[in-house]
Amino acid sequence: MNKTVNQKAWFLILPVLVLVAFSAVIPLMTVVNYSVQDTFGNNQFFWAGLEWFKELMSSERMWDALGRQIAFSSIILFIQIPLGVFVALNMPKKGFWASVCLILMSLPLLIPWNVVGTIWQIFGRVDIGLLGYTLDAMGVDYNYTQNFYAAWITVVVMDVWHWTSLVALLAYAGLQSIPDAYYQAAKIDQASRWKVFRFIELPKIMGVLMIAILLRFMDSFMIYTEPFVVTGGGPGNSTTFLSIDLVKMALGQFDLGPAAAFSIMYYLVILLISYVFYTVMTNLDKRDGH
Amino acid sequence: MAKITLDNLAHSYLPNPAHEEDYALKELNHDWADGEAYALLGSSGCGKSTLLNIISGLLHPSQGRILFNDRDVTMEPTTQRNIAQVFQFPVVYDTMTVRDNLAFPLRNRGADPAYIKDRVQQIAAMIGMEDTLNRKARGLTADAKQKISLGRGMVREDVNALLFDEPLTVIDPHMKWELRTQLKSLHHEFGHTMIYVTHDQTEALTFADKVVVMYDGRVVQMGTPQQLFETPEHTFVGYFIGSPGMNVLEAQVTGDKAVVGGTQISLGKGFGTPTGKVEIGVRPEFTSLAAGDAGLPVTIKRVEDVGRHKIVRADFQGTEINVIVAEGENISPDMNRIVFDPAGINIYSDSWRIAPMVA
Repeated sequence: MNKTVNQKAWFLILPVLVLVAFSAVIPLMTVVNYSVQDTFGNNQFFWAGLEWFKELMSSERMWDALGRQIAFSSIILFIQIPLGVFVALNMPKKGFWASVCLILMSLPLLIPWNVVGTIWQIFGRVDIGLLGYTLDAMGVDYNYTQNFYAAWITVVVMDVWHWTSLVALLAYAGLQSIPDAYYQAAKIDQASRWKVFRFIELPKIMGVLMIAILLRFMDSFMIYTEPFVVTGGGPGNSTTFLSIDLVKMALGQFDLGPAAAFSIMYYLVILLISYVFYTVMTNLDKRDGH
Repeated sequence: MAKITLDNLAHSYLPNPAHEEDYALKELNHDWADGEAYALLGSSGCGKSTLLNIISGLLHPSQGRILFNDRDVTMEPTTQRNIAQVFQFPVVYDTMTVRDNLAFPLRNRGADPAYIKDRVQQIAAMIGMEDTLNRKARGLTADAKQKISLGRGMVREDVNALLFDEPLTVIDPHMKWELRTQLKSLHHEFGHTMIYVTHDQTEALTFADKVVVMYDGRVVQMGTPQQLFETPEHTFVGYFIGSPGMNVLEAQVTGDKAVVGGTQISLGKGFGTPTGKVEIGVRPEFTSLAAGDAGLPVTIKRVEDVGRHKIVRADFQGTEINVIVAEGENISPDMNRIVFDPAGINIYSDSWRIAPMVA
């Protein structure tokens, strides 16, 4: 059978092309455009070539922010993924309490970012916040506006509080899909609780867990609002993550060129790490023992 | 290996069962002899899986006790009962190799590595998977996975009982025969007590020494294939076993005579005067066509030639009667009567068989 050739069919993808152009390509190109130029205001631009990129590569400020960012993402992944799985394993499988748990777990996810920030900002205050006041009264030196560790702990705990539910809910969904026969067979084979987790539950939730890790990584790598509201990036620069630094540069100092170059690098780093994550994990998944 | 005793056992999935209908499994009192192969046969939802799960300890009965070799195990968890069970759908540990899958139950019990190695090799040979031992179980076909499950069930030699819950549902027909034969030879070799749940009568009759027929949460008959065929204790056994099933007709019985739809039939044996809903049951194998005036007047609907014999579907006052006619036998147009062989006649009162009176 001969296929009909009709090149006009290409026009059918035009709407998508336009949509993607306006939503992604044109904004991105604007940033690329800024990144190779310099401006002193008045809408006057000068060609700068790759100058901003070179400067960025040797900028201590950028490397520090990147280091902090990687540290932050690693810490929260190491806490949230195991904790989320642990919570999911201990949630009731069905009945009234399962629903109660699900609702409680999804509550933090429904709160807007800046509200989360505000909650913790007040919660941690030494003068009026329940947490800050209690810790202070117990003699703990806790002050997130002055103490480096206090600031980091607050930001990390806040993120764990906000997002562990997401991991738990995804893992819970994965666990729910395991047929009862697997658990029964494990009982008959006298498998220990650990072996049930290692050989039945973990392999079965690996897929959703991979999505959870990716989502949490990308989200935490782009974190802005919550630490901005709580610590404003301080004390000093100790909680100034990439996004916070970027906004300071672009809007605070109005260094459009460097900020644009920064954005592009930032974007590429996320893309690269996500790609590596994804490749490694899908290969782990497919690995066949021959 | 053990004798399994069900004492007063019943189970309901409801928290407070009040009526008999609330019970998925009605009161049972049975002994399952050590080393025999049993098949639990019944249609879906008759409680056979419930019974199996109670024996394996995955389910706790609402009442009664279960004993292994006269030791009460009712409250013991599955892990302490030392039984093996194979499920309807394959359960394999995806991330392990086939070898590790087979070795898993032995390793969990801390068996000697050298013994495990030998035993796994033996089982692999039995299920025909020696070539794939080092492969990951993930990605194998459904019947290969089910063979692994079967192998995992058989790998322990000291089990009290081997339970199979419709294990061959997902297996190819030619493989079914092979595996069933292997199970049977395994049974002869090791003498495990085996319980095999199925809704397929051929599977049950070929596998088991004794077939346990369940209907509506009750064990209606426990017997050899021959007993089930010749003297079904309940009309359900008559319907369910045999192809086609037993012909059951309402009748009035007095002594050694029965009246079916206005026609008198001689029963050959005395049955007294049974009460309740009285029925007469005759297998198609004991039913024959005849010409003339004797027997029940019928209209023949159609004749199915299945190769070994012919099945005649006849209509008697709105009830279907099946007759099996030998392949070579001629069916002439004037055959409009049906005659029952008295040796194959059973009388039922309220669906339960009545034994003939000894003359």
